Amino acid sequence: MDLKQLYQDIILEHGKSPRNFGKCEKYTHEAKGHNPLCGDQVHVYLKLNSEKKLEDLKFQGSGCAISIASTSIMTELVKNQSIESAKKIIIEFINMIKTSSEIKSNDLNEDQKIKIMSLSGVRQYPMRVKCATLAWHTLTSAIEEKKEEVNTEVIE
Amino acid sequence: MDINGIKSQFPIFSKKINGKSLVYLDSSNSSQKPLTVINRLNDFYRNEFSNIGRSIHSLAVNATNKFEETRLSVKNFINAKFKEEIIFTKNATEAINLIAASFGQHNIKEGDEIIITELEHHSNYVPWHFLREKNKAVIKFAPIDENGDIIINKLKELITTRTKIIAVTHLSNVTGTIVPIKEIVEIAHKKNIPVLVDGCQSVPHINVDVSDLDCDFYAFSGHKVYGPTGVGILYAKKKWLEKLPPFIGGGAMINEVRKDKITYATPPEKYEAGTMPTAEVITFNEAIKFIESIGMNNLMIHEKEITNYALEKLKRINSLKIIGNPKNKAGVISFIIKGIHPHDISTILDEDGVAIRAGHHCCQIFHEKMNLTATARVSIGIYNTKDDIDMLCKGIENCRKVFDLK
Repeated sequence: MDLKQLYQDIILEHGKSPRNFGKCEKYTHEAKGHNPLCGDQVHVYLKLNSEKKLEDLKFQGSGCAISIASTSIMTELVKNQSIESAKKIIIEFINMIKTSSEIKSNDLNEDQKIKIMSLSGVRQYPMRVKCATLAWHTLTSAIEEKKEEVNTEVIE
Repeated sequence: MDINGIKSQFPIFSKKINGKSLVYLDSSNSSQKPLTVINRLNDFYRNEFSNIGRSIHSLAVNATNKFEETRLSVKNFINAKFKEEIIFTKNATEAINLIAASFGQHNIKEGDEIIITELEHHSNYVPWHFLREKNKAVIKFAPIDENGDIIINKLKELITTRTKIIAVTHLSNVTGTIVPIKEIVEIAHKKNIPVLVDGCQSVPHINVDVSDLDCDFYAFSGHKVYGPTGVGILYAKKKWLEKLPPFIGGGAMINEVRKDKITYATPPEKYEAGTMPTAEVITFNEAIKFIESIGMNNLMIHEKEITNYALEKLKRINSLKIIGNPKNKAGVISFIIKGIHPHDISTILDEDGVAIRAGHHCCQIFHEKMNLTATARVSIGIYNTKDDIDMLCKGIENCRKVFDLK
C-alpha cells in the first residue's frame, strides 16, 4: 500500500476546491446521500434538458477528502453527458472501485479517464470505498427519481 | 514502573503491521491481549476442555470450578458483596439489554420515564429505546456542558414520580469524562430510583468498587480489560436478581421443567441460559490477574502520565482542537483538525502503523450536541509509552503536510 496512490495531488486539490459546488438553478432532479459511519453527506442536483442531457450538475455536502474529491470529479465528468452515457460511466466507476476493472467508456476522453482513475487507489482501503461511491449512488438515485435518501449502509 | 517489561508481555507488539511497529491507540475500542491470556485460552482447549454444569465427569467438574473461580475473581475485582451477583453475558451490550428487558418487562409501563445522558454509547441508549417502542416509555436525556461533563442539576430536574431507572456511563468513550456515579446514585436512591452504570470504559482504567458506588447494576466487557472477546459481565444487586424475570430461556437457567409448569434456577444461573463462553470466561481470570499483577493504582498513574503528555503535545499542534475538557479525565482524547476529515487522519496515520479510531464512536447523540459529524480518537492502554505519543504527533504532522496545512 502506498499512501500516494490514495491521496494523489488531483484528489487533494479536488477535495480542497471542489468543482460544481452549490445548487443548480431550476434543477429537475435531486437526491440526498448519507454515510452514517462517518457522517458524510451529499445532496446532488441536476438539470435534465429536453434532449435528456445532464445540462447542469451540482452538489452540496460535507465529508472527507476522498468523498468530496470523488463527488467533484463525478460532476465534472458526467455533466453534459446523456442520461445513457451517465449511467454507463457510473457503473464503470463503481466496477473500477470494487473489482479493479478498467474504464472503457467511449464518452470519456483520455484526460477524463486519467482523472477518474485517480480514485482507483481507494479499492485498497475497503473501509474507504463507501466514501468514494456515495455521490455516484446518489446521482443514480437522482436520475431514477427515487425519493429515499441513499444510505451507504443499506445499498452495499 | 517497567513499561517495557509490561509491553513485552503482549506478543502483538513484537510483530510488524504493514511493515511498521504497532502504535496501538485504540484501547477504548478493544485492548490487546497479554501472553498469559492467549496461552490460557489455548491451554484450556488443549488440555482441559469440557462444558460446565451438568456432567459429573472430572473434566466437567474442573471446568465448572474454574468457571466459578472467575466469577469469584470478578466479584473481588469490583468488590461486589456476593459471588451470585456476577452474571456472565456475551458482552456489556448484552448485559444492558438483559436489564432493559428484564427490568422493563414489569417495571416500565406507558408514560414511565427512563433517564440517560447525552454522553451515552449507543449500547446504553438503544436497549432503552426498545422499551420506548414496546412499552411506550419516555426517554429523557440529561444534558452535558461544553466540557463534556454531565450537568448534575439538570439531571436532578429531570426526575419525576414517573422516573423508573437512570442509566449512565461511568467513563465517556469520547471525552474521557469520569462521571460522578456516587453522587448520581445518592440523588436517585433518595427517590428510590435504581441506577444502571455502563462501566465498559471505567473498569480497564480506574478503580471500580460497586459496593461503594452503591449502584444497582453495573455492566462491562472483558475484551476491553485485556481479556478475550465473548465475555460480558453484569453486576446486579441480589435483591434485583431474585425479583426480576429471566432474560433468555433454555438449558441451565431452569430448575424443573414439566408440561404445565417451569421453575427457574436461582441467580446467577437464572440469567445464564445455554452453553456459556466457557473457555473465554475461564480465560478472563488471567486478565484480572494481569491487572492485579500491575496494580490498579500503578496502572492509573502510568496512564495519567501518558494522557497528560499526549494532551500537552496535541495542544501544541496548529488547528487541532480537543473535544471536551471534563473535570476528571481518563485516557481518551477525541480531536478534530480544521481542514482534515477524521477518516483521512486515520488512514494516513495507519500508514505509519498508528492505530486510532475515527467516526462517531457509537455516540451520535454526543456528536450532534457538539455539532460534529466525526472526530478522531486516541485512547490509552497500559502498554502505551511516550514514544507512542511522539509517533502519533509525527503522524499528525505528516497529515498536515499531505493536506498542505500551514
